Amino acid sequence: MSPLLSFAIFFALGCYAVASVLVMVRLMSGPRAQDRVFALDLLYVHGMLVMLVLGIYHASDRYFEGALLIALFSFVSSSAMAKFILRGEVIE
Amino acid sequence: MTPLPGWAEAVVAVLLMLSGLFVVISALGFLRLPDFFLRMHPPALAYTFGSWSVCLASIVYFSMLEQRLVLHQWLIVIILSITVPVTTVLLARVALFRRRNAGVPDTPTPLSAGNGAGNGAGTKPLSDA
Repeated sequence: MSPLLSFAIFFALGCYAVASVLVMVRLMSGPRAQDRVFALDLLYVHGMLVMLVLGIYHASDRYFEGALLIALFSFVSSSAMAKFILRGEVIE
Repeated sequence: MTPLPGWAEAVVAVLLMLSGLFVVISALGFLRLPDFFLRMHPPALAYTFGSWSVCLASIVYFSMLEQRLVLHQWLIVIILSITVPVTTVLLARVALFRRRNAGVPDTPTPLSAGNGAGNGAGTKPLSDA
């Protein structure tokens, strides 16, 4: 792996870390519940991107399935929490 | 396993750095904007440009590494483009619903204000919202 590619990978991972810290500040201090749910959804996407970049770093296909599962679980959990705030229960 | 040519590594590196920058910009906007409805906009950068760049970089990298066309990372882009609008619209409905129940003055009224059925948000206010 060339120095350019490894620098880019660590730059991207550092950017994701900084962005996750910023989103986590909003998750802790969100004024309403919908801010926290949206911050959690964004954190799921950051985790998915970290998995994809680690897949490039280790040159392995295995990380792709993890990223796909994280994307699906992000949709399920965020829509369930939004439904819970909207109606008071998930399955009516 | 053959080493990658220089131009492919440059393309992958540029796409990865672009994605990192877009994700940081979206997180900054998400942290700094004052209202929830304004705050819903910047994460779209992470959902579209951030994930598209990483998926394109992954496609280029694995295609050059295995010397064949590897496209399954595109599934993530397709899944995100289907699920993210659903979540976003649901959360926007949640915010509008809670804002109506809180009685904030300049809130748009529901379209089907007369009949109880139809537009679910705002017609039957919950007591604990």
